[in-house]
Amino acid sequence: MSLFNIMKIASTGMGAESVRLNSTASNIANANSVSSSYEETYKARHPVFAAALDQASSDMSKGAGVKVLGIVESTKPLQVEYAPGNPLADENGYIYKPNVNIVEEMADMLSASKGYETNVQIADTTKRIFRRVLQLGQGQ
Amino acid sequence: MAISLDKLVGFHQKALSVRSDRMEVISGNLANANTPGYKARDINFNKAMKSAQYEQGGLVKTNDKHLSGRSQMQAEIEFRVPDQADTGDGNTVDAQVERNNFLENGMRYQAGIMILTGKIKGMRKALGGGQG
Repeated sequence: MSLFNIMKIASTGMGAESVRLNSTASNIANANSVSSSYEETYKARHPVFAAALDQASSDMSKGAGVKVLGIVESTKPLQVEYAPGNPLADENGYIYKPNVNIVEEMADMLSASKGYETNVQIADTTKRIFRRVLQLGQGQ
Repeated sequence: MAISLDKLVGFHQKALSVRSDRMEVISGNLANANTPGYKARDINFNKAMKSAQYEQGGLVKTNDKHLSGRSQMQAEIEFRVPDQADTGDGNTVDAQVERNNFLENGMRYQAGIMILTGKIKGMRKALGGGQG
């Protein structure tokens, strides 16, 4: 029944967008967590999306859902700051700040929330249509 | 004169199944609106409808090992021609366009349901002989 497939696709979309929102939240929350070494510092995380084409061909559905392949850490250079007064400063007096770009994260968050919303609307429309199908031929 | 229920719903039932396939493809596009490299797809409704009309239930299977000869639907899926330049990640989904397409398609689906309801009502009336 392909109307159920639409629900499934919309739910993969919602799942993927919520992973994206989740990583954005974590990035923003950690935007100011400093540390005393390069390795320990938080690095911005972003999910990688891919179309779930293999599943689409196996169960004979026409549309493709989306899946999260994994989460990659940004390789941008960290911000190193000279702050000898900071308790977390290393022996040379430097602290390391995450490479989170707040502006980028905010834009990403808006895009993710719009994407989530779209998928919810699809599920809602499908539900309405499905109800109509179930009522087919009823009443006077 | 025999009443053919198949004839009563035949055409509309096929139209609805093509419509729901199309909804599926479009919802796939929207789910992949942020997937890098994903190319938006759509069903060519004209072609799909034509092949649905001439569909003869597939090839006859005379042996268990035969493949089923019904794979005609995949052929009607075509890639959409993007109307704006590549935004950098190779994705060609235009979320606004797809949303409108989804909505339009859904409304046409509902219209198909309304027509079918009307037909069923008419048939009921005929079967009841106008007695209620």
